[in-house]
Amino acid sequence: MGHYTITITDTQESFRCLDERSVLQGMEALGKRGIPVGCRQGGCGVCKVRVLEGSYSKRVMSRAHVSAEEEAEGCVLSCRIKPTSDLRVAVLGAMKKNICRPQAALPTASPIPTP
Amino acid sequence: MALTGVLRPGHAQIRVLDIEESVKWYTDVMGLKYQGRDDQGRAYFKTRAERDHNSIILRQADRAGLDFFGYKVLDKATLVELERKLNDHGVKTERMPAGDLLETGERVRFQIPTGHTIELYAEKNAVGSAVGCVNPDMDVIDQPGITPIRMDHALLYGTDLDGATELFCKVLGFTLVERVKLEDGQTDLGVWLTCSAKAHDIAIVRHGEPNKLHHVSFQLGSWEQVLRAADIMSKRRVSIDMGPTRHGITNGTTIYFFDPSGNRLETFAGGYDHYPDMEPITWTWDEVGAGIFYHDRKLNEAFLSVVT
Repeated sequence: MGHYTITITDTQESFRCLDERSVLQGMEALGKRGIPVGCRQGGCGVCKVRVLEGSYSKRVMSRAHVSAEEEAEGCVLSCRIKPTSDLRVAVLGAMKKNICRPQAALPTASPIPTP
Repeated sequence: MALTGVLRPGHAQIRVLDIEESVKWYTDVMGLKYQGRDDQGRAYFKTRAERDHNSIILRQADRAGLDFFGYKVLDKATLVELERKLNDHGVKTERMPAGDLLETGERVRFQIPTGHTIELYAEKNAVGSAVGCVNPDMDVIDQPGITPIRMDHALLYGTDLDGATELFCKVLGFTLVERVKLEDGQTDLGVWLTCSAKAHDIAIVRHGEPNKLHHVSFQLGSWEQVLRAADIMSKRRVSIDMGPTRHGITNGTTIYFFDPSGNRLETFAGGYDHYPDMEPITWTWDEVGAGIFYHDRKLNEAFLSVVT
């Protein structure tokens, strides 16, 4: 069992992630507030990131959220990848507004999807 | 009240990303009974208590979500009559041949205004429950899986909520049980509808995209069984979204969690009986948090926005 350093380039924050955990699980274990986890199972697309540097293993993820081309370019769902080296990742989509928001300014969750 | 017309939810076909992993999970963690595969590779399940051959069908696909949700109707004459009513309402229907789903008769398939595919069917072979119909013993839950009583209802997210509500109520004979209003006090955010004396046989929430699944729900016998399910989920590292807690809406006790492809499922117990003479219950916008999660009275962003 090893672990690697994951750096979120948007904030330059980094965390240690066990190689048997997904990058999202690593982020959740960090206890950072406001991480908008969705299904954690590759279906909902909330935790999409772009891996800028490093290697990882991955499992099947929904094509509704990550196309084959995107996946080839390192756009993946962080719940479906496990690090096999240190990683530098940029957050995308629904995660971005929460992760990049200053901690002090976290409001309560916006209640309702816009009709 | 004798049930006529649309009887109850009968089946849900769910898309999964890895069929082998999902078959194992729905068997071992959910505690459903595996019923076999068809020539398309779809896997069929029922609960121990359900008598008809199948209620959950899994299909491998490249994205998660719900293919269709089916209701059993009283008999073949009712099926013909409901198809005529749908057509008169301007809804196009398609007949799916008997045997297309294992052990299932002809189905009438149509799209509702929220973009979902709904089916009606009159016939599905009754293969019997775990205890049978002659001098049955209690079905003691002594296996490791969650082992729900039945596939109970679905919550669908989609665009034209008003059109879908009208179709279910005016054409298919459902009754409005509860509704949540948006801030304007007029527009429905969501509705809970029944075709029986259950508090809901379908729920629908207004959403910007059509044809989305919020959850498929399974009934358990008691609040204690819900807590047992939570223990199983944590032990099996199931991704839990919310709960165990209680809804204000329907009064049901609940856990929301995800299958291995990210489809949200619910195990719930309780909820009151509804009869058609009852006035619908309305939740106003300022109390919607308590309507959805009665104990902490707050909304949860993932619960509201994460769909497949």
